[in-house]
Amino acid sequence: MKWSLKGWNSAVALSPPFALSFALSFALLLALTVGSAALANEAVPAVADPVLEAKMVGITSELRCLVCQNQTIADSNADLAVDLRRQVREMLTRGDGRQQILDYMTARYGDFVLYRPPLKPSTAVLWFAPGVLLVGGLILLVVVLRRRDRLADDRFESEVDPYLDSPDDPNAAPTAAAVERAGRPSLS
Amino acid sequence: MKKGLRFLLPLGVFALLLVFLLIGLRLNPREVPSPLIGKPAPAFSLPILGKQPERRIARDDLLGKVWVLNVFASWCGPCRVEHPLVSELANRKLAPVYGLNYKDKTVDATRWLTDLGDPFTAVLVDADGRTGINFGVYGVPETFVIDQRGIVQFKHIGPLTPDAVSQQILPLLAKLQAARL
Repeated sequence: MKWSLKGWNSAVALSPPFALSFALSFALLLALTVGSAALANEAVPAVADPVLEAKMVGITSELRCLVCQNQTIADSNADLAVDLRRQVREMLTRGDGRQQILDYMTARYGDFVLYRPPLKPSTAVLWFAPGVLLVGGLILLVVVLRRRDRLADDRFESEVDPYLDSPDDPNAAPTAAAVERAGRPSLS
Repeated sequence: MKKGLRFLLPLGVFALLLVFLLIGLRLNPREVPSPLIGKPAPAFSLPILGKQPERRIARDDLLGKVWVLNVFASWCGPCRVEHPLVSELANRKLAPVYGLNYKDKTVDATRWLTDLGDPFTAVLVDADGRTGINFGVYGVPETFVIDQRGIVQFKHIGPLTPDAVSQQILPLLAKLQAARL
């Protein structure tokens, strides 16, 4: 932060009117803040019951808002999400549990509202496909690697680049044997 | 697989991927299938718009007839778009069409219906949106078809389209009326 302090100093030093106006506005701001703080009431808590609100947010964070589909009901400002948060609040006050609320939502909007869909025949692909693809990919990889392992050496490129075979003269043509080993086409 | 054809393998995988992506593009994530289909309509008892002294309609008052519920609001733009189709549907007289005035002000709703015409048998006032929530409404306008036993048979999300009315709703209403459950 050294550079910015320096900058301030030079700016103030360069223009005395600036310093004056700065001090004035600062004093004014201070007076305003102190004054309004004295006038203001104590901040009202945003919610009447923070415990209930936390529970409500916990549950609605798992629910998809159907109006803006990639938001949760907890996040969304859509009218419907506001109503559904109110509904969840009321159900919690009534003493309903998490599962009852999730059931209430799925009865109206289907499993689509759940960000954590239940495991049943219609969602089996959703749950198992990633695992199946991962295991399948690993098996394929092992099969391919083992097959390559059994292949004779001459099926692979030589590790030594034939074009760099003669260190004395980099421009010399590679020997026929080296080209043959590497499986590259002859230059002639 | 023959060695010579092995080069086709990646191409095949790519084609498969393409098919999945094309299917994915055609899906509409806004159309969430309603879990209410095939289940009884949620219970409600709501005041009728513009009736003084207050009169109410409850779900069970409508048992025994096939009816259509159209969820609308004066603040909802697409509702204005679909309004001619709702009127046409009501004019067919295959089934009474009830309106659910969702989270609206009575004054606004009344003016809206005066301006555009009132096709509804009755308009139910859902001022706080609770009945809407019970019906799983999340995108006004929505349209439901409820049968004689009070079972939800169909739901359309968003403004009605001529295709939805002529190919889905009208045949369904005719079928339900013929069934005489």
